[in-house]
Amino acid sequence: MLLRLEKRPEVSRAMRVLSPVIAIALTVITGAIIFALLGQPPLEALYVYFLDPLKWFWTQNPDDFWPLEQLCIKAAPLAMIGAGLSVCYLANIWNIGAEGQLTAGAILGGAIPVFFPQWQSPLTLITMLVLGMVGGMALAAIPAFIKNKFNASEILTSLMLVYVAQLVLDWLVRGPWRDPDGHNFPQTVPFTDWQALPQLGDSSIHLGVILAVIACLALALMMAKALKGYELRVLGAAPRAGRFAGFSRSGAVWFCFLLSGALAGLAGICEVMSTVGQLQPAISPGYGFTAIIVAFLGRLNPIGALVAALALALTYLGGEGAQVALGISDKIARVFQGILLFYILACDTLIFYRLRVAVGATA
Amino acid sequence: MKKWLAISTILAGGLMVTTANAADKFKACWVYVGPVGDGGYTYQHDLGRKEVEKELGDKVETKYLENVAEGPDAERAIEHLAREKCQIIFTTSFGFMDATIKVAKKYPKIKFEHATGYKQADNVATYNARFYEGRYVMGQIAAKMSKTGKAGYIVSFPIPEVVMGINSFMRGAQSVNPDFKLSIIWVNSWFDPGKEADAAKVLLGQGADILTQHTDSPAAMKIAEEQGKLAFGQSSDMIAFGPKAQLTSNTDNWGPYYVQEVKAAMDGSWKSHDAWDGMAQGAVVLSPFTNMPDDVKAMAEKSVADIKSGALLPFGGVITKQDGSTVGEAGKSLSDKDLNSMNWYVKGIDDKLPQ
Repeated sequence: MLLRLEKRPEVSRAMRVLSPVIAIALTVITGAIIFALLGQPPLEALYVYFLDPLKWFWTQNPDDFWPLEQLCIKAAPLAMIGAGLSVCYLANIWNIGAEGQLTAGAILGGAIPVFFPQWQSPLTLITMLVLGMVGGMALAAIPAFIKNKFNASEILTSLMLVYVAQLVLDWLVRGPWRDPDGHNFPQTVPFTDWQALPQLGDSSIHLGVILAVIACLALALMMAKALKGYELRVLGAAPRAGRFAGFSRSGAVWFCFLLSGALAGLAGICEVMSTVGQLQPAISPGYGFTAIIVAFLGRLNPIGALVAALALALTYLGGEGAQVALGISDKIARVFQGILLFYILACDTLIFYRLRVAVGATA
Repeated sequence: MKKWLAISTILAGGLMVTTANAADKFKACWVYVGPVGDGGYTYQHDLGRKEVEKELGDKVETKYLENVAEGPDAERAIEHLAREKCQIIFTTSFGFMDATIKVAKKYPKIKFEHATGYKQADNVATYNARFYEGRYVMGQIAAKMSKTGKAGYIVSFPIPEVVMGINSFMRGAQSVNPDFKLSIIWVNSWFDPGKEADAAKVLLGQGADILTQHTDSPAAMKIAEEQGKLAFGQSSDMIAFGPKAQLTSNTDNWGPYYVQEVKAAMDGSWKSHDAWDGMAQGAVVLSPFTNMPDDVKAMAEKSVADIKSGALLPFGGVITKQDGSTVGEAGKSLSDKDLNSMNWYVKGIDDKLPQ
């Protein structure tokens, strides 16, 4: 008996949209089985994991709103970076170094409180955000340049620059940028007042969440309505056709890297201006890499990235809830993310291919 | 929507029963930076939590969040526990300091305790242990046991806590052998078995025959065991990794402190403070002295007893720094403030302190 993948003559549009939904459903079912094997009541565990953070929607109790705020905060950097990467990947341009661009953005923007701790005005906030984007773009420009000039694989160059950026940050906070009052610990001065992101009312939702939504909407609009979006699509799907239409491949490389770099940098500076509150060796739990999953889970669509970011953020929050409420190891959250990605890829494969069982045949 | 409502009501009902049973229990919670199974730093904190459970039995319920990264997730993790109605929350890593202060401001009724930090508030206490006391005794043992008169020291970051340990070890060694030599390698990590092992090999190659470390993995212990050399363990008892190599291990014993603090929070006597317990309070414990002759063992045991009684002060008297200047006065220990901002070496250490 032999299993064979065979290309489907026609790809179902409905299934393309449904595939992530099916993948999530399969993840939930697998999750229930895992919980049962762990000796936990599966329904209760699933409730704690996937629904408890969302319970405000049916209880309407203001006290239950907090997990939703946290969900948005956790999803914001993922959505911001994921949307930028979606555009890249759609154009067949592979920026894997968003984590480094995030770090570069945090460094350049974070220079303001380090060098001008007294400067407090709305302009400080704007300058930091802009510098964050510039930092991300600057680091992203390197792989774009090498790609266009020497045709070097942008996958490798962008990935390797992640480590460069992280080590520069590490050196800065241990050395020249260290807080003189910080007892020699590796951290800069805390960011205060206008050096931190303003929050919405008395909630913990900050400006970064709003910027993430705007970024996703703007990119979705660009991809759907603007000529640039069409150009990138064509170059990604049919490079030769793109060339005949007069679209510049190297222009697209520059555009995609600078755009996704700017968004990653913005995500980085937003994180250090909100949840972290200063520069330190660890500023991101791998948002730049998780955003790659987000981009694919969101079907390389910026709006999809927004939804996918929320779904992934839910697995993080649910993991914490499960630890506290049920005493389940934190590894479960990682297992869920892995299972989810596995089912997504499996469903996608089965959209384009069908499984044929060839009995007694040779390949 | 209706279906969700039904499901959630049933489940919430089920949950409420469990919480009702637990309602009269006091809830104590921990936030860990590593996994509870790391065999070192977090593992020791979790042993302390288990001791609270054992000691106070039915009266307490404990919860923890493990592997919480220092960074964007710290504040949410701490607030999560606060919302779960934890009544006292221990945050066990330096990097949780600002997050702890922020959450504590929002939940003034909950008590917070932050390990190894320096920021307090009305409901935030800090705690640490005087690990340097154990290191003084280790220095003495090293000077007695070394044939080459030289030890190797693998260190993480040049923060006062670590510098204090190096100086205390050296002062202990110098009290036995004034010409004792110490080689130091900075690996810039708390936990990196590969780098720690490399550093261990280099130090042994440079003529040290005893290793000690302020990093968390047992890598150096294993190298010493392989090469037939001696070593000191760190954080937890590492005898399993070096049955023929380990002289003793400087272990963190948080249990007594955790029990005391949870009890204080339960009976309402809890007050914010800056606790810095040592051997006398049982916070720092040297694991059994092994692989050494009886006279060295007797000396080590006497030193432990003297440190406990206060007769021996690791940083007592006039101390000469590396640059030749002096600090301290006869018969008195350096103040805690001086210790906690220590950024100099004592005379005799052959290394430049990274600034």
